[in-house]
Amino acid sequence: MSRPGTADLVRVVVDLTRCQGYGQCVFLAPEVFRMREEVLLYDLDPPAGRRDHVLRAAAACPVQAIHLDWRESRNLPETKPGGSTYEGRIVIVGGSLAGARAAGTLRREGFTGPLTVISEEEGEPYDRPPLSKQVLTGQVAPENTRLPRLREVEVEWLAGTPATGLDVAAKKVLLADGREIPFDRVLLATGTRARPWPDEAEAKLKGVHTLRSAQDAAGLREALAAGPKRVLILGAGFTGSEIASVCRELDLPVTVVERGSAPLVSALGGVIGDVAAELQRAHGVDLRCDTTVTSLEGDADGRLRKAHLSDGSTVEADVAVVALGSVRNVEWLEGSGLAAGVWGVTCDAGCRAVDINGLVLDDVFVAGDIARFPHPLYQYQFMTLEHWGNAVAQAEIAAHNMISDQAHRWPHVSVPVFWSSQFGVNIKSVGVPTFADEIAVTQGSTAGHRFVAAYGYQGRITAAVTFDQGMWLEHYQRLIEQAAPFPSENATPVRVPEKLSATAEATVVVTGHDPAERRVSLLLPGGRTS
Amino acid sequence: MSCPFHLVLDPSSRANPYPLLNELRDTPVALQDDGTYVVSTYREIVALLHDPRISSGRRTLDRTPAFIGLDPPEHDRLRRLAMRHFGPPHAPDKIDRLRPDMLAITTELIDNLAGKQRADLVDEVAYPLPVAMICRLLGVPREDESQFHAWADRLIELLSPRDEHRAERQEVADKLDDYLGGLVDERRHKPGDDMLSGFIADGEMTRDEIVRTGVLLLIAGHETTINLIANGMLTFLRRPDVLVRVHDDPELIVPAVEELLRYEPPVQMISSRVALEDVTVGGVTIPAGSPIVLALAAGSRDPDHVTDPDTFSLDRPRNEHLGFGGGIHYCFGAPLARLEAQIVLTELVRRLYNPRLVADPPPYRPSPILRGPRHLWVDYDEVFPAR
Repeated sequence: MSRPGTADLVRVVVDLTRCQGYGQCVFLAPEVFRMREEVLLYDLDPPAGRRDHVLRAAAACPVQAIHLDWRESRNLPETKPGGSTYEGRIVIVGGSLAGARAAGTLRREGFTGPLTVISEEEGEPYDRPPLSKQVLTGQVAPENTRLPRLREVEVEWLAGTPATGLDVAAKKVLLADGREIPFDRVLLATGTRARPWPDEAEAKLKGVHTLRSAQDAAGLREALAAGPKRVLILGAGFTGSEIASVCRELDLPVTVVERGSAPLVSALGGVIGDVAAELQRAHGVDLRCDTTVTSLEGDADGRLRKAHLSDGSTVEADVAVVALGSVRNVEWLEGSGLAAGVWGVTCDAGCRAVDINGLVLDDVFVAGDIARFPHPLYQYQFMTLEHWGNAVAQAEIAAHNMISDQAHRWPHVSVPVFWSSQFGVNIKSVGVPTFADEIAVTQGSTAGHRFVAAYGYQGRITAAVTFDQGMWLEHYQRLIEQAAPFPSENATPVRVPEKLSATAEATVVVTGHDPAERRVSLLLPGGRTS
Repeated sequence: MSCPFHLVLDPSSRANPYPLLNELRDTPVALQDDGTYVVSTYREIVALLHDPRISSGRRTLDRTPAFIGLDPPEHDRLRRLAMRHFGPPHAPDKIDRLRPDMLAITTELIDNLAGKQRADLVDEVAYPLPVAMICRLLGVPREDESQFHAWADRLIELLSPRDEHRAERQEVADKLDDYLGGLVDERRHKPGDDMLSGFIADGEMTRDEIVRTGVLLLIAGHETTINLIANGMLTFLRRPDVLVRVHDDPELIVPAVEELLRYEPPVQMISSRVALEDVTVGGVTIPAGSPIVLALAAGSRDPDHVTDPDTFSLDRPRNEHLGFGGGIHYCFGAPLARLEAQIVLTELVRRLYNPRLVADPPPYRPSPILRGPRHLWVDYDEVFPAR
């Protein structure tokens, strides 16, 4: 049989936000999908001869989480009556997950006008979650993580050229090579990059890595495959913990240094953090909590030799991974007049950017890791979510709103879902676990590493976390959506670390007296104003 | 309040329960005279399948049930032990490796249809293939088929959302237990490469647990797949356009089987659930202790979930259905049933020349829960040779 354009190529991306671990894909295509308890790993670019197996597996998924075509959107209604009538020129800045999904959604919703995607990275958009998992173990090559069938979206791709400025008044995006790309509406989706080690000279030592791009993953994979004597990981957030897990799987000695009291503590709180710590130690990780790395030391050849820790000890390691979180790619928006800074780009629930005065702009939209949006379920607090599922869902809403009139726009009010796989356990969360004062294990036991824990804030459920119990997650999502009461039995304090307010740097100056003249400008370091 | 559920159970609606199921959905959560709540809309069924306050442990017989009738953590423990010898993570390619066997048995069954122009596709194809496969997997001698087949059939006939025929069900279930128990004792001395021998070798299930698991897999392993295959041919023969498309493009059997699971599901309802606490769903509070029936077949045709639900279509972009249930009790044998149905339906469509239904509707088996034709008489001109 021949369907047009699909002769033998079939790429796969699994929406692990939706996956509940039914394992039907593993049964039907065991050479493409592998499972360990509830952890699903898969080959994103399987050999052409496996096409029929992959099609069977995708059809059989009980929650239809296997994507063979990144142009489709599962969250949106199947057809839009009449299609879009918007005819302007649309530019998307950022060609990764959110930007690519927005492009696909625009076309799917019937937008036929000119569409340009500006992407800093060369090559086709790819999926990042595998980079810290099956790519690092060597099961999947870094270049085989591309998103399926995006090439077929009718888009002008400007790859390899970063944007350097946004002129909101003149409606132009400025590129590094001097080009100016005009737009009628623009979507900002430039995402994040890995936070580098602050000491530039130490960061340049051979053997010191960060992990964000496919290229980073290729370099780190090579370093791990060479069989280092010890790997040092700075930071036990999700990325650091996943890399530590891969190291243990490869039987490499690994030391993890974490500033907090336990791994994952800033995302999931201290109670679950303690479970994660136990999991790491049970798998042979040398875990050092309440500790930081103070400096990295190289040998005469500029090769990493050891690290000095805040407790006065040293760790000898030939590979170090700096996993200290991420930095939002927003510097290019300086001077644009948007309410943009290290905290993200502020927007409304409909993904429309807000300018520095707090006024909503009609033609500038934001999605993905840089979007700072108000969430009604969480007291309208502004939040940025660096989650795969949020990037996809928010990009779809943004794309829809870009080509819809006011009466047909949608708010982005999805409940955040996040997943991670480490040390053989599939960890998922729904809601915002840091928006909590109490936690209670509601199903299973933490000792067996199979459980559900619910988070509560002032007596209502605000989040839940599952360890290898993904099938229950949507029940808790429903409870969160209904503001259901938190089960007070067995509740303990959640121990969420107090966060430094990221917006502390957002100091503004107001000028003018007449309401028509009053304006805000941002106070920049050194006393300058924007 | 319109409560047509008792009419759904009536044998007269077996051939086409769907108009009644459509009516049933007008009251998404409907209280029956006997205190049972029948849930019939997609969203509400999915919510209850994933609700830890809903138990599967509604005891109707005086015994510890197999994992299908247990809740966590016992359910999880026993199902995982059984899965070790069936699928991932321990035996990921076990079912996939059975494909050549499935095709060989199918080929032989269809070869036997040659030389005549009429066959009962239930007795001659839809039944023998799944029985042969589950016997091979479990380590049940095929020669014993006449023995356990009668018991299994009777047990299915006695299945009802109402608590009836308790004594007779107990009696038949005891016979099946005795039979499987005998096999387990044999395997203990003479192990094979089958699932029963695997359970024994693991040493983690008691003899009773092995027997109950074995009986469950033996019955569920074929009584449902028969209906999937028979419902499949029946649907194809009623829709010549579908038959032609599947014939011309065998890859379409994959969406076709998913659509069958949505449109003509072999398991029409789950009747064994009970609320452990007061649970509010669809605006109705189901009091603790109430029996609950989840009308899967009605949910899969919910127009709020799927467009044009009463049409069989090969072109649904994402077919999310309740054909195998959902949540932790999702059909254990789903991958086996899928492959069996895909292979046997592909071969029937390819090899039978000009097949026609002899009777429409065909006679049905009595169970409203596991629904399917008792016989499917089909006339044809010729049987093409196997490839």
